[in-house]
Amino acid sequence: MSEGNRYVVVTKKDCPTCQLIEPALEELAKQSTLKVFNQDGPDFPVLTGAEVVDDHELDGSWALNVEIVPTLVCYQGDQEVGRTEGWERAAWRQLTGFDSLGEALPEFRPGCGSLTRDPSIAPRLEARHGSGRLKARRLTLASLEDAIEVCYERGFSDGLPVVPPTPERVITMLSGTQRDPGEILGDVPPDLVPVSIEKVAINAVMAGCRPEYLPVVIAAVEAALDEPFCMHGLLATTYFSGPMVVVSGPLARRIGMNAGVNALGQGNRANATIGRALQLVIRNVGGGRPGGVDRATLGNPGKYTFCFAEDEDLAWTSLSEDRGFAREQTTVTLFAADGVQGIVDQKAREPEPLCRSFAAGLRVVSHPKMVQAPDAFLVVSPEHARVFHDAGWSKQQVTERLHELLLIDGSELVQGAGGMAEGLPAKLGGRRFRKFRKNGLTLVRAGGGAGMFSAIIGGWGASGEIGSSPVTKEVRS
Amino acid sequence: MSESVLLDPGSERDPAEREPHGLPVDLAGKTVGLLDISKPRGDVFLDEIARLLEAEGAAVARFKKPTFTRPAPTGLRQEIAEQCDLVLEGLAD
Repeated sequence: MSEGNRYVVVTKKDCPTCQLIEPALEELAKQSTLKVFNQDGPDFPVLTGAEVVDDHELDGSWALNVEIVPTLVCYQGDQEVGRTEGWERAAWRQLTGFDSLGEALPEFRPGCGSLTRDPSIAPRLEARHGSGRLKARRLTLASLEDAIEVCYERGFSDGLPVVPPTPERVITMLSGTQRDPGEILGDVPPDLVPVSIEKVAINAVMAGCRPEYLPVVIAAVEAALDEPFCMHGLLATTYFSGPMVVVSGPLARRIGMNAGVNALGQGNRANATIGRALQLVIRNVGGGRPGGVDRATLGNPGKYTFCFAEDEDLAWTSLSEDRGFAREQTTVTLFAADGVQGIVDQKAREPEPLCRSFAAGLRVVSHPKMVQAPDAFLVVSPEHARVFHDAGWSKQQVTERLHELLLIDGSELVQGAGGMAEGLPAKLGGRRFRKFRKNGLTLVRAGGGAGMFSAIIGGWGASGEIGSSPVTKEVRS
Repeated sequence: MSESVLLDPGSERDPAEREPHGLPVDLAGKTVGLLDISKPRGDVFLDEIARLLEAEGAAVARFKKPTFTRPAPTGLRQEIAEQCDLVLEGLAD
């Protein structure tokens, strides 16, 4: 025996190996100072001469940072000098110096997982004991306060109820990323407040996200904070627009995003909550609130949330590829978007007439006489896309043809033309204008399999260098 | 799950409160900066303001942001602070 050592063992009655080694614990208790923490109740192990602690609250196990039961920890004084997991007779004998320990037992049996590592329990323990990972200020509620109502009263909500961001929920959310909760992503406008992964996680909890959505939310925040996206101006504008989130790539499918039936609508948790989480970060961290710096005349319902996934098809390049990434990479593309304008064509079976219908719809974005001001997204439904696929038209060919069809004579655009005061100065009447700037039109496939309807999503009137350009970021785990 | 403790989703900032400067008694001899944010026809409005200010005896210095969609660049803000006693900014269309 090693003189002066004392031993701590963590057990769980539910673990067959812990049951198996009960006689060895009794032997050890007779020979030395032994303390046992049992994770699932007071009636195991039954030992004479050892202190057995009912550790069903798991505080002792947490303090010992055990991963497996049984775990044997050896101390000299207050100093831990060794530990072994599971039952490995030679290791137990070596650690205890007790040469005949467990003679009747098999040489080796693996242990079981410690309850402290149970995914349904670990966040609660981390929240209770504090791992030092969470830095956000803690708000303590009075006993009769309703957490959801407190979130309203403190201005944390976009108008809909939020999930109260308890430390447990935030720790669970952070399990969705390997990135450090303290990592700063940038400064959120309008108040230019540095935002950490932890703050993103808090707002993702409130939005209703699952942990596996968090990397997508983080990428959306990174895109929003990229200078070309111009989030400050987009927030402050009197115009309708807000950030639209398009997710392209394998992770969109893995986390269950909707690219199909009702892709732009309600009902899918990932679509709904990822877009909402981004808006809550702008609101809560950046201080961007309607009536404050957000001066929208009307706004649009997409400012609650506007997020969908691409319905990728090998016939066309994916949005990830169009934006300079590989198809296998999952990306988030942000666009300064207004609402959805439907475009119906149930007769076209060839690319040209369908392009002409699309062009006629795109012509009126913002105003029929407004050119090179807004960008636009065209969300092409599968039935419309099939017309192009059958004829072998690439996405790039369709885009190019739309730009050609959207070359407009200045005479149609000047002030007074068509009886409308709005328009370009008369001196520009002799020129031709593109409706959209060169990179201002983006096509993406989405939607249900039935319906020859596509969606035009017009953008903020300030595009490109003077305003916002679409920004794409890769989703990182 | 207990909801008695929540984590603050916000900035945790206490904004510094600053007392605004008092209004000047008169404008004579003062330099007033006029900041055009690059909205259409902002210049028309500010031309008229400049005329009225000069009639009051103020000197007028004109400035322009590169685009209305982004905050004024730091250099421009410093230039205005150096040259002017007062500043007027046109914010709307």
